[in-house]
Amino acid sequence: MITSTISTNGGRAFYDKALKAMPRGERLKLCLQCGACSGICPYGFAMDYPPHSIIAALRADDFTPVLDSDTIWLCISCFACSNVCPAQIPLTTGILASLKSEMLLRGKAPAELQTALTNSRRYGNTLGQSPRKRADWARGLTPPVPIMAEFKEPVEVLWYVGDYASYHPRVQKVSRAMARVLQAMGVKFGILGPEENSDGDAQCLIGEVGLFEMLALKNARAFDKYEFKELVTTDPHAYNTMKNEYPGVGVSVPIKHYTQFLVEHLDQLKPLLKRGQKYRVTYHDPCCIGRANKNNIYDEPRQVLGAIPGVELVEMPHHRENSICCGGGGGGMWLDGFSWEHARTRTSEWRVAEALSVGAQVLAVSCTYETPRFEDAVKSTGHEGELIVKDIAELLANAISG
Amino acid sequence: MKQDIYVLIEYLRGQVADISCVMLAAARELAQGTNGLVVGVLLGHNAQGLASDPLSGSGQWLAADRMLYVDHPALAEFTADAYQKALAGLIKDNMPCVVLFGDTSVGAEVANGLSARLGLPLVSHCYGVRVDGSVLKFVSKICGGKIMAEGALPETTTLVTMIPGGFKPEHGRGAQPPEVTTVASPALEGLRISLKQYIEPTAGDVDISREPVLIAVGRGVQRQNNLALAEDLAKALGGVVCGSRPVVDQGWLPTTRLVGKSGKSVKPKIYLALGISGAPEHVEALTGSEVIIAINTDPSAPIFNIARYGAAVDLLEVVPVLTEKVKQARSA
Amino acid sequence: MNIVVPIKFVPDLVEEMTIDESGAALDRTWLRLIINEFDDHAIEQAILLKERGGGQVMVVAPEVEGVDDVLYTAAAKGAGRLIKLTGDLGNANNHALARVFATAAKDLQPDLVLIGVQAHDDLDGAVGPLLAEYLGMPYLGYVSAVEVSDGKATVRKEYPGGLMAEMEVTLPAVLGIQAAEHPPRYVVTSKIYQAMEATTIEAQAVGELDPSGGLTVDRMFQPEAAERATMIEGDLTSIATKLVEIFKELSVLQ
Repeated sequence: MITSTISTNGGRAFYDKALKAMPRGERLKLCLQCGACSGICPYGFAMDYPPHSIIAALRADDFTPVLDSDTIWLCISCFACSNVCPAQIPLTTGILASLKSEMLLRGKAPAELQTALTNSRRYGNTLGQSPRKRADWARGLTPPVPIMAEFKEPVEVLWYVGDYASYHPRVQKVSRAMARVLQAMGVKFGILGPEENSDGDAQCLIGEVGLFEMLALKNARAFDKYEFKELVTTDPHAYNTMKNEYPGVGVSVPIKHYTQFLVEHLDQLKPLLKRGQKYRVTYHDPCCIGRANKNNIYDEPRQVLGAIPGVELVEMPHHRENSICCGGGGGGMWLDGFSWEHARTRTSEWRVAEALSVGAQVLAVSCTYETPRFEDAVKSTGHEGELIVKDIAELLANAISG
Repeated sequence: MKQDIYVLIEYLRGQVADISCVMLAAARELAQGTNGLVVGVLLGHNAQGLASDPLSGSGQWLAADRMLYVDHPALAEFTADAYQKALAGLIKDNMPCVVLFGDTSVGAEVANGLSARLGLPLVSHCYGVRVDGSVLKFVSKICGGKIMAEGALPETTTLVTMIPGGFKPEHGRGAQPPEVTTVASPALEGLRISLKQYIEPTAGDVDISREPVLIAVGRGVQRQNNLALAEDLAKALGGVVCGSRPVVDQGWLPTTRLVGKSGKSVKPKIYLALGISGAPEHVEALTGSEVIIAINTDPSAPIFNIARYGAAVDLLEVVPVLTEKVKQARSA
Repeated sequence: MNIVVPIKFVPDLVEEMTIDESGAALDRTWLRLIINEFDDHAIEQAILLKERGGGQVMVVAPEVEGVDDVLYTAAAKGAGRLIKLTGDLGNANNHALARVFATAAKDLQPDLVLIGVQAHDDLDGAVGPLLAEYLGMPYLGYVSAVEVSDGKATVRKEYPGGLMAEMEVTLPAVLGIQAAEHPPRYVVTSKIYQAMEATTIEAQAVGELDPSGGLTVDRMFQPEAAERATMIEGDLTSIATKLVEIFKELSVLQ
């Protein structure tokens, strides 16, 4: 759980705060300086202070240089370091989030990130779009997608859509596909539409705790208004934060990732998948439902993909908990300019190369940042036409009715 | 007198600004309705030539019936307080029907100050004026160009600041030299503003005002590294990348590439506006473009009101496809 | 040094704007009001001056929806006093606003007044230069850099074409800010909450408004659809193909 930090002047105060305030913060004392965290970090090579060096600086009480560097913004909150640490130190949600929080307090954050934060505070979405247009992606669909404020009936599934899935043109296609899947399955569902706010995951992971809390409580108020059995999301970031961080601000919701929901209803889904999708498919494990906070949703997406006739599943070398992050988490969506300038490499391009290396024709994803990120990477690496990027929902929709 | 339309002629470092001619064209329109004269007012020091001589490079004169020239050393360079003091008496004595000013870093300051000082009504962001029977009407462009506000000009002397676009500068230039009268300047004392020096824009970059193909980026480009898409297209098409204020303010493009009120006015053959909404401060600098093509995800963006062609798609999606097609066309 | 920053609120252009039933005003039902972006820059510039040279920044705002949040955010950035003008200010034109700002500002004895150079809903001029006249102070607009010393402000004023002028003005003066030296800083939410605890907003009632100098709008409308661009439809490939055709027609491509 992430707690708020108060601006400090250097190492000592930060260290004490880290030990006292972060859950399992005292594990900081067990750091062996093995460097596994920095080694596995996709951008560790470009950071002035990769994770283990931050801890070393804290211990040496020489923290000011860390605060003067801005390379912490290369961190994409992929949880690779937290996952590999033998001492189970809370790195991503603890040390790294707190450091980012410090930087924000000092006004040292890239402008694009600041804009995304201002947008989520003002409009309830990071893209700076009108909240009134949040359900526009669903306009014109038949049957119509129920918006809870207008629908006014209890539903089986309240579907949390998310910012990018609501407003970004590429990801809106995924949302429409998901709607078709749910409708074909006969699930009674609804969305919050304009009442939905940013999930708060990015805001939380960069330590803007006040804003995270504000968003969580706004969403909670919207959830409280309606009757539903399950809360399902197509957004792993929403899943991660609602499962692991919302309880800390008093909001408990029964959140499921859509692949979990679909596996539970596989008997209903499978017979609908009539149109074969004859592809060699490789599945990209998103950090946020996988190794992040040990959410460990690895099997369910594969079960769903396995149910589609014609699909041949192949694994990439980095899969399950070793998956390579798409680069969008923890504010990464708004830091591409910054990371390109410092690192001259993109994790999404690395991922696309790996998909091609196992002969995949389709890169299947289940996260709303990934479709545009990987499609961009396919183009920027000059492989346009060689690799198709599709969300599992899109593959299902194609298998149902094309 | 009461039917006359006054125009404060704007000039900077010896060059008469285009907005002055736009205003003279607008003044002509109004004067026809009031049966009055179009009177240009020029303030300066040893600058009478600007009032009486033909405009450089055109062989034409300012299309005013009369020019009033006010000379004073304190008017050698523009400062709002000197200009206000010099004009106040002139307006009070003559009480013309309308006084037009440019909605610029010159005219707007003077007009606003005089409105408060003399208690005269003020219309700003004025795009057009016209005569409707016996009523003079204004229409102003506000809210980023999305809303037009129309009304009748008040009966008393009204001050109006104008933006370009509603009238063509050509219609404010004429074949006849105006009659120039020098008017004595009031005492200009107690001035509190002074010019120390001009700072030239940084040299050494392309001059976008001379480029025939411009690829312009606005807020819709979203992130700095997306500019590369525009650069690629510019390279393929033989054009140059420029931008609107938000892009330049962030430091993603140098100020030499700024198109807009505080930047350059451009007159390209093609102006490809990518992710630009079309706010007046930007649009006023495009009026010389031959063809404007706009790409913006918002079909109601004001840019589509001045573009010849448009597509309501995401520039991030269409530009790479377009660059490919251009490259194919070039190699074919 | 006392720096006063009067701010105003404008319709957020992110939301769709419609005209109300009278046909002469904006429909306020869905209108979101946000701080005028240029006034936000004015606050930033004021804070920068205070951080460099000391003094106090006092922000003055009319009471509209959302004003408290904006004032507390200014306090979180470093503003020392927050003044909210109460009264029927929702429909005040710029002349009326400038007059009430002048009354409020006089009491604060400013050395410097920083205000956004314009706002996109300005119809009867801009508040800054009107305010300057009502205060009897000189006005310099389109300012993008400010230094203060010895009772004078040295500023950079922007002219078209990228030309700038270094100008000097004796204080007290009103400066119309085009852009602060860097974009307005982001303030972490917890700091705004802290400001809410630590600062009080002073409410000042304004008297009757004097809107003279303004004008009446008979009609508001959206620009003519007839002037609209020819829209190219279709998927990305067909749009790109059509554009290449247009480039060829204009001899930009052979």
